[in-house]
Amino acid sequence: MIHRVHQLAASVAIVALVAGACSSSATPAPTAVPSVAAPSAAASVAAPSAAPSVAPSAAASPSAAALTVVVIPKQINNPYFDVAFKGAQKAATDLGGTVTQVGPSAADATQQVPFIQTATTQGVSAIVISADDATAVAPALQAAMAAGVKVVGYDSSPAVGAYNVFVNQADTAGIGKGLADMACDEAPNCTGEIAVLSAAQSATNQNAWIAAMKTTLKDPKYKGLVLDGVVYGNDDPQISTTQAQGLLQAHPNLKVIIAPTTVGIVAAAQVVRAAKKTGSVFVTGLGTPKGMQDYVKGGEAPEFALWNVTDLGYLAYAVAADLVNGTIKGNPGDTFTVPSLNNGQPYTIGQDSVVVLGPPFVFNKGNIDQFVASFGF
Amino acid sequence: MTGTPGFATDSGATPGGGVQPAAERRSPLQRLPALLRWESLLLLILALLVVEGARISKFFLTGSNFSNLVSAEMEVAIVALPMTLIIITGEIDLSVESMIGLSGAILGWLWSVGVPLQVGIPVVLVVGALGGLLNGLLVARVGVPSLVVTLGTLALFRGLANVVLGPNAISNFPAGFTAFGFNNIPGTPVPWTLIVFAVLGLAFWLVAHGTWIGRQVFAVGKNKDAARYAGIRVGRLKTALFVVSGLIAAFAGVILTSRFSSARSDNGTGLTLVVVTIVLLGGVDINGGKGTVPGVIIAVFTLSVLQNALRLAGVSSEYQAVAVGLLLIGSVTAPYLARQTRLLADRARRGRPPPAGSIAPGEVVG
Repeated sequence: MIHRVHQLAASVAIVALVAGACSSSATPAPTAVPSVAAPSAAASVAAPSAAPSVAPSAAASPSAAALTVVVIPKQINNPYFDVAFKGAQKAATDLGGTVTQVGPSAADATQQVPFIQTATTQGVSAIVISADDATAVAPALQAAMAAGVKVVGYDSSPAVGAYNVFVNQADTAGIGKGLADMACDEAPNCTGEIAVLSAAQSATNQNAWIAAMKTTLKDPKYKGLVLDGVVYGNDDPQISTTQAQGLLQAHPNLKVIIAPTTVGIVAAAQVVRAAKKTGSVFVTGLGTPKGMQDYVKGGEAPEFALWNVTDLGYLAYAVAADLVNGTIKGNPGDTFTVPSLNNGQPYTIGQDSVVVLGPPFVFNKGNIDQFVASFGF
Repeated sequence: MTGTPGFATDSGATPGGGVQPAAERRSPLQRLPALLRWESLLLLILALLVVEGARISKFFLTGSNFSNLVSAEMEVAIVALPMTLIIITGEIDLSVESMIGLSGAILGWLWSVGVPLQVGIPVVLVVGALGGLLNGLLVARVGVPSLVVTLGTLALFRGLANVVLGPNAISNFPAGFTAFGFNNIPGTPVPWTLIVFAVLGLAFWLVAHGTWIGRQVFAVGKNKDAARYAGIRVGRLKTALFVVSGLIAAFAGVILTSRFSSARSDNGTGLTLVVVTIVLLGGVDINGGKGTVPGVIIAVFTLSVLQNALRLAGVSSEYQAVAVGLLLIGSVTAPYLARQTRLLADRARRGRPPPAGSIAPGEVVG
C-alpha cells in the first residue's frame, strides 16, 4: 500500500513537471530541420546578384540597451578566446549592449549545444560562436535563428546555413600558404620532414588551413618538404605536449613542427626546448606574441603568425550589433564600416556570408617585442 | 539464552547476507518503505530545484527550456536503466560510453558507404548486443571482475570506433533522422526521445519490481551464493543483463548521432560517469542488492534540472561540475550516514548493548 503511494507520488511529480512546462508561455521549437551542407574551404569572392546595400557605420542604435550578446568560444579558459572576448567587451562599451561569455570546459561540440540552447531560451539578441564541429552545432544554431536570434560565427565556422555571418580572421588560402612558407623558411634549404600538430580533429578552421597548406605544398617550390602527418592535441596542453613528444620520437629526422593552434604551438616549443633540440627542430604556426616571445628569442620558433585577436572579437561583436539593429542583413555584397577597425575602410561580406578581418601578421625576433607591446597579448 | 554464538534465537538466513535477529527481520515488501524514503527525499530535492530554477530565471518554466532540459539527458537516461539492474546485481558496466561511440561510428560509416539507415540501425543494435555478450561472458563464465572487464572494453570499443571512422565525421544524415533526435512532437514541448525513455523506463520498472526476473536480480545482488543455491542461474542472468546494456547503449548511440546529426568516433566520451552518477543518485547501492528503478528515473530529472538551472543562472562549467560532484557525494554518503544513525537509534531504543557475539547487518558469517 505504501509502495503504491510512493509509486503514485513519483508519477504525479513527473506529470506535474511536464504539465507545468506545457501550460506556461512557450517559445515553440521548430518542427523541421533542413539539411545542411558542409562548409567549403574556398577563398571568399563577393559576387552580389542584387544591388548591395551600403550601410552606415555601426553607431550605437536606439535599442542598444536591449542588445544582449552571448559569446560561445570553442572552450573557456583558452587564452586565445579570452583575448577575443576582451575585444568584444571593448566593442560593447563603444557600441552599446551587453556581452557575456559561456562555454564548455573542453573543446567538444556536444558540450557547446546546451549553451546554445540556453542562450536561445533566454532570448538573447545574438550568439557569437566558434564551432568545435561545424555540423554538430548546426541544428541548435538553426533553431536559434528560427527563434529570432542572430548567429555570428567567428574563428571556426559553423556549417553554411547555420549562421547569419561568419567573421573569418584571415583568408583561409592565405593562412595555408603562410604556414607552408614559414615551414619552408625554417627548414634548412626548404628541405626536410615536417609534421602538423593541430587542435581537435573536427575543428573547422584548423582543418581548412591544413587543407590549404597541403594544396600549397604541391607547388614545386616546396618539393623538398615531406609532410609526415597530422596529429591532434585537442587544444589541451597535456595532450598537445604528449603528441609533440610522440612526433619527435616517431620521426627522428623531423625538421619543422607546424602548429596552427595557439595551445599547440606553445606545447611544441616547450617540448623542443626540453628535448634540447633547439636549432635542429623548429616550430612554427599560429601563436600569440606574448605566449611565444620567449621561444622566438630562444630560437625554437624563429617565425610564426597570427592576427589581431582583440580586433577579431571586436569585429564579431560589431557584426552582431549590426545584424540585430538591421544595418546589415548578412547577404553577400553587404558592406559596413566599423569606426576603429580597418582604418575606417568598409568591410564587404563575401560568398557564404563570410567577412574577412584582414591579413595576418608574421612575428619574428625583429618585431616580437613591439607586437607584444602593441597587441597586449 | 542466545544459543550458539553468532545465531539469534530464530534461525533462518535471510537474503540480506548474515543473520538478523527476529525483531528486525522483515519481508521485502515491508522493507521497501525504508528504501523509498530515499526516493521521497529525491523527489523533494527535485521539487526544490524546480522552484529554485523558476526563481532564478523566468525562462525556466517554459516549453522550450523543458524540451532542452529533457532532450539533453535522454541518451544517458536510457543507458541508466540497464545500468541500474547491473549495479543491483553487484556488477558494473563502464563500457557504455564507448559502445555509444562505436554504434554511432558504425552507423555513420555504413551510411557513408550507401547502406540505408533502416539496415544500419538494426546492424548497430546487433553489434551492441554482441559487445554486451562479450562483457557478460567474461564476467559470468570466466569470472573476471566486471570493473576490470568493462574497463578493458571501454578502451576496446573506443579503439574500434576510431578504426571504423578515424578522424572523420559523417554528418550528411537525412533530415528525418535528425528530427527524431532533436525535435519535439509537433505542437508540443515534448521531445520524441522522451517518449522512448518513457516506454523503456516503464518496461524496466515493471521488470525490476513486478516480475520474477527482478526478484532474481535483487536476490543475486544481496547474496549471489545463496541465490545460486536457491536455483537462480546467476551466470545466465548477468550475461543477459550485459547484453541488454550493450544493446541499449548502441541504441543511445543512434539517438546521440541523430541529435547532433554527426557521427564521430569520440561521441559519448565521458558519459559513463554521468550514467553512474545518476544511478547512484537514484539510491542504488554500489555494493548491490538495493535500489529502485523509479529512484533512478527521478534522479535523471533531478540531475538535468540541476544542470539546466545552473546554466540558466549563468554558472560556469567548472562550478556546475562541482555542484554535480557534491550532489553525488551527498547521495552516496547519505544512506550510510542514515544507516549509522538508525543503528544508534535502535540500540538506544532497545536500551541495552547488542548481545555478545551477535552479528551486525552486513557482516558475512563464516
